[in-house]
Amino acid sequence: MNIELRDPNTIMKLSRLGSFHQSKLSFLRSFLNEFKDWDYSRDLFNLDKNGYGEAVYSFKKGKRVYSLVCFANQIKDEERSDRVIATKWDAAFTLHDGVPSKDDIERLKNEVPKQEVGRLSFKELTLSRANKSVRVFNHVVDSLSEGKQPDLELLSKVGYLYRTTAVYGSGKFGLADRFRIKNREEINGPFRLEMMLVYLVRQFTFDQVNHVAHHKNPKTAVKLDKQICKNLGIGNSTGLGMAPFIVNHPTLLNNWILSRETALKKIREIKNVQDKDAELFIDCVKKSLTNITSWNTDSEYQQNKIKSLLKNIRKFIDYIENSFDFKAEYPFNKVYLWLEQNVCEECIEYVVSIMMEPYNHIIEPLVSNMSSDEDKYFNIPTNRTVNELKKIIEKKYPNILDINFDQKESQQNFWFISKNKEEPRLADRFEEHGSELEQPLAIARDIKKLYEKLLLEKENLTIAQFLSSNSEFRHVIRRAFIVEKFPYSEIQDNTIGKDIIPIDMLRLKLSFFGALKFDPRSDKWLRICMFQGAPLPTELKNYDEQWVYKTNN
Amino acid sequence: MRSLSEIETAVKRASRAVGYSWGNSEEIGKSIRQLELFGFQGIKNLNKYYKDKSTKKFEDLNIINEINETSSDAYCPIILGISFLDQIKSVENFKTIKFKKIAYPVIFLSFLSRASEISGNKIHVRLDQNEILLNLNVNICSNFLDQDIPEFANEIEIKFIDNKDSFTESEWNSLYKLAEDTFVEESDSLKEGAAGAGLTDND
Repeated sequence: MNIELRDPNTIMKLSRLGSFHQSKLSFLRSFLNEFKDWDYSRDLFNLDKNGYGEAVYSFKKGKRVYSLVCFANQIKDEERSDRVIATKWDAAFTLHDGVPSKDDIERLKNEVPKQEVGRLSFKELTLSRANKSVRVFNHVVDSLSEGKQPDLELLSKVGYLYRTTAVYGSGKFGLADRFRIKNREEINGPFRLEMMLVYLVRQFTFDQVNHVAHHKNPKTAVKLDKQICKNLGIGNSTGLGMAPFIVNHPTLLNNWILSRETALKKIREIKNVQDKDAELFIDCVKKSLTNITSWNTDSEYQQNKIKSLLKNIRKFIDYIENSFDFKAEYPFNKVYLWLEQNVCEECIEYVVSIMMEPYNHIIEPLVSNMSSDEDKYFNIPTNRTVNELKKIIEKKYPNILDINFDQKESQQNFWFISKNKEEPRLADRFEEHGSELEQPLAIARDIKKLYEKLLLEKENLTIAQFLSSNSEFRHVIRRAFIVEKFPYSEIQDNTIGKDIIPIDMLRLKLSFFGALKFDPRSDKWLRICMFQGAPLPTELKNYDEQWVYKTNN
Repeated sequence: MRSLSEIETAVKRASRAVGYSWGNSEEIGKSIRQLELFGFQGIKNLNKYYKDKSTKKFEDLNIINEINETSSDAYCPIILGISFLDQIKSVENFKTIKFKKIAYPVIFLSFLSRASEISGNKIHVRLDQNEILLNLNVNICSNFLDQDIPEFANEIEIKFIDNKDSFTESEWNSLYKLAEDTFVEESDSLKEGAAGAGLTDND
């Protein structure tokens, strides 16, 4: 049986992309898989009794060493902010390429805590900062210092001791450019070093809380129970900075989605599913209910999505337990078709993610296809004709061409870069100033404008000739030729319309990171948790791959 | 040290700010990044050009011919470079392409370097008395090493170099003969057994 890949015009809609969930393809899970046989160590732990100072953690294999350098600083409560406008954080981190010398640590001590206004070097690979969940951190310190384990209900509500507020890589602030390291096999997957940083930061938070508790009361203090540690992750506050990324990296986006779609296609094409694989799938679906029922958010929008997901997942469990036989041919195809007919988008994508669990032999080869050398596709094939370009647009952007951009609500918003923080923002075009400095992220509108212009041109005109007097369309012409080859490279939706929910774009990216429990704080930023339930670094050599579905929180 | 990623982003934004379209600004970012990677002063020259641009008029050349002479002070190196990139399939048929007066020719070079990669041919450039070889966007060879590339070039001549060997057949044969000394003369038994197919592989 040959199953077609799903239609980009369905999958690349924002509401669908905003329903994606983590899976075996997610970067934090593929990171753990890649680094499970590396040697982990804590190389330096020089904190004072209050937990301020430096620490270094590393992963090593052969001659290759990656070292997380941590700086924990005292800040005032009023200085603590998750917003990108903050200038001080409880802790700041960088992932150093190799073993940092004393000079390196001194240099980094002056730069890393400054984050965006500091300067890093090509020897550093990623940069981040994090703030304590003061409520949880202090509670854990107090409990441990008194010889008790902390209140699990409080921990479950928050899920972490620290949350990062940005993780930078790929040449930002002087960090190493991607081209310097791209041939390393162990990082042949997107955001692998960012994942390493976050993972090691998680361990630092446990070590720091134990250290502070011990110094508070050396006689009675106990260490945080390992199982409790495992059920804590690292929080992350994420704003609009992530949204333009997926528009600005079309072939990378394609490779992420194409890997997911290829995995689904191959799983649907399995004729006979082995009992153990069916059992693993059903087990993960059932156990994942804990992730949904423990999903805390104040956002009404997300609460409704969770309610609907929970209701639909229960309906699905009832279906597979009472009306479905995995011994039938092509059972996952039948499951998928049933999902399309009977449950919401969020539930479809949730189950699609879980379908991947039994199939390492399908997923692992796809993981290595999830990076992209985007420069290879940058040049425009200018010898092609206007007629060819027109046909590409008609075929690849059919729903975009139906949008009426003469209506005010179709172009209600505009994307811009804030002068204060050099971060992306979204504002109402008709109520705020600045739309003349709009970023080129209104792809749907610009593609439609281009199409209307092409209709007026001679069909055999070359793109070179067209561009010589229409350079304002160059950015979307480039994209149209990219989407011709990469079907999932474009969001098939209006990114400036009145009804846009920007967190759909964030959720798409975060689901590929491997985030759990999206907690929108508004329609433009959200909090998530990463690595909650993940094995600790000392357990990596032999861990349960389905840990995601077995957290206690 | 600024990373190439920072260079590309800052150049793209600055180019948009001085009035280029977003698509053209992306091209400029990519080209200046490449220049800096090759050790040429892309940022310095682009900065100067954008300052000059606010007070002087430069001509945009959108269609490239074999001989191109500007009626103004100089051609804009950016529009010229982008036009060259876009029209590479037609301009590579010209034996020689001549330009009179290009401002900040090093900026133009960055586009020519990328054009060399697209065309699959090395490009030889003469900027007044100086010679430059653009090598498939892998590197740029020039005799400018100890001096800045001038801010203005009066006579510019461009030639696509045919893909041909830089050595004679006899030089190749001489070297190949040496390489053969690493091969083993096959005995009858080696002929029969070493390749696995036996002495005859006909049906």
